[in-house]
Amino acid sequence: MNKRKLRDFIGTKLMLMGTLFISVLFFLILILLLFRSSLVLESHSITDVLFSSIWNPDAGDFGLAAVIIDTILVTGIALVIAIPISLLSAIYIVEYAPLRIRRIIRPFVDVLAGVPSVVYGLCAFIFLVPFVRDVVAPWFGAQSTGLSIFTASLILSVMVFPIIISLCIESFDAIPIALKEASLSVGATKWETVKKVVLRASAPSVIAAILLGFGRAFGETIAVNMVIGGMPRLPSSLFNPGETLASLIASKYGELMSIPIYESALMLVALILFIVVLLFYLLGFLILRRAKKRWNY
Amino acid sequence: MELLNRRTLEENLFKILMFASLCIVLGSLVIIFGLVVINGASSLNIEMLTQTPTISSPGAPPGGGILNAIVGSLLLALPATGIASLISIGIALFLQTDFLSPRVSNAIRFMLDVLWGIPSIIYGIFCLMIMIYLGMSSSVLVGMIALTMLEIPIITRCMDEAIKMVPIGLKEGSYSLGSTKFETAVRVVRRQAFPGILAGMLLGLGRGIGDAASILFTAGFSNRIPTSLFDATASLPTMIYNLYSTPLGQSKAFAAAFILLIIVLIVSVLSRLLTRRLKKHIIK
Repeated sequence: MNKRKLRDFIGTKLMLMGTLFISVLFFLILILLLFRSSLVLESHSITDVLFSSIWNPDAGDFGLAAVIIDTILVTGIALVIAIPISLLSAIYIVEYAPLRIRRIIRPFVDVLAGVPSVVYGLCAFIFLVPFVRDVVAPWFGAQSTGLSIFTASLILSVMVFPIIISLCIESFDAIPIALKEASLSVGATKWETVKKVVLRASAPSVIAAILLGFGRAFGETIAVNMVIGGMPRLPSSLFNPGETLASLIASKYGELMSIPIYESALMLVALILFIVVLLFYLLGFLILRRAKKRWNY
Repeated sequence: MELLNRRTLEENLFKILMFASLCIVLGSLVIIFGLVVINGASSLNIEMLTQTPTISSPGAPPGGGILNAIVGSLLLALPATGIASLISIGIALFLQTDFLSPRVSNAIRFMLDVLWGIPSIIYGIFCLMIMIYLGMSSSVLVGMIALTMLEIPIITRCMDEAIKMVPIGLKEGSYSLGSTKFETAVRVVRRQAFPGILAGMLLGLGRGIGDAASILFTAGFSNRIPTSLFDATASLPTMIYNLYSTPLGQSKAFAAAFILLIIVLIVSVLSRLLTRRLKKHIIK
């Protein structure tokens, strides 16, 4: 009995330690980023850093406005492309596709979600960059090397598809079938049922799915870094090179590591990434919790 | 009648739009796989798989293979997944209501979700900071730690979802026979949730082996196969990232991408097969 009690005690403490470790890690990352980014905030005011668009570390300018605008552009365009396409595909898979096709598509979507981002980046570099350079940019009457904000948005939208699709499929499946049957039985067409019942009933989870997709697009580092061209300047056109917050860290960290204030500026960028992701997850969490109270499923 | 026509017209219009969207999604999948398989297969040969890169004179095409990246990736991802799984299963079992109040465990779940969502480059620079503070240099060990941190939230959340599904009656049965909480968690709950636990581990492995941002600075890069934990090492993702932009490096990058894609596919198929097979043994 004593041996069992001892084992129980040790085992529980080990599990507790693991749980504490992960909770501490969360705050440790946050605190360390805050601490390390304080150096740049001592010499530059926060408004200076956030709203000045001059990024020139050699002259001591760490304005992030251009990078922030690029990030918003890249993420925004990616979501504008990805949301309708993923939503419509998910509706088709759940409501219209025959069961047989559905069984085949699901694993494919899962695989697409598991493809490493560096592979997306490589494919974008080989396929999308020439495509944007030779087809899309001339079509809009612009000159482009292909390494551009628009190219990054395109590959990000492809990376976001599987996330939104699989979460939407799950939430559409969770809707009680009686709701749909009631709508169909009063003479609504299938699309009307989708529009007025399915989408409305699953709206909170769809919004949560979109927020997750946003998180992925917003924080994607490597694939964006490979195709965006790496120019932290205010963009004059979508077909010009840019730089996002996450990719700025990847491209500048190696060269700036040794100089404390440069490093501190990049830590600030990482801190911004962390806080934005945190806020968006909080938003998604609140929306879902509210919806659960209201809908009860 | 006219009303009905407009309604069917709308229905058909959206049907076409939906079908077109699905074609775009599947088309992008086909393009990505096609590009990697065609380019990868053509540049893949025995030499590529069994040799490390040769250091050639400047200007000459880089020769040799990507063995160092293959070995490096496995050396980084496999132990990281092992360690992460061990820690994760502890956390996931501990998050049950038997140990923690729902309020606390939900707060921890939220933190795990955020940790899952933050860009992996943050883990990279976090480990790098600690590494520099401790006076270490880029090595297998630091890369492994970065990957472990990256994988823990992913694996834990998957295991947690599986463990949540364990019927309460099963636990009550175990308690009523006099088992302690820990015994119930490890012997009963763990067994019942095993398919989900395994799926979580494999998902973590898939993510870990493909992530470049977290090991870009922490594992460094080297043309040799690492001989100790403190050597820098290449990995498949960092190999692709370093070589993609030069035409001569692209064949190696595609070979690495091809192998990476095969690993990811195997992991995904394995996860499906194993969970289906193991589901037979759990109690409904």
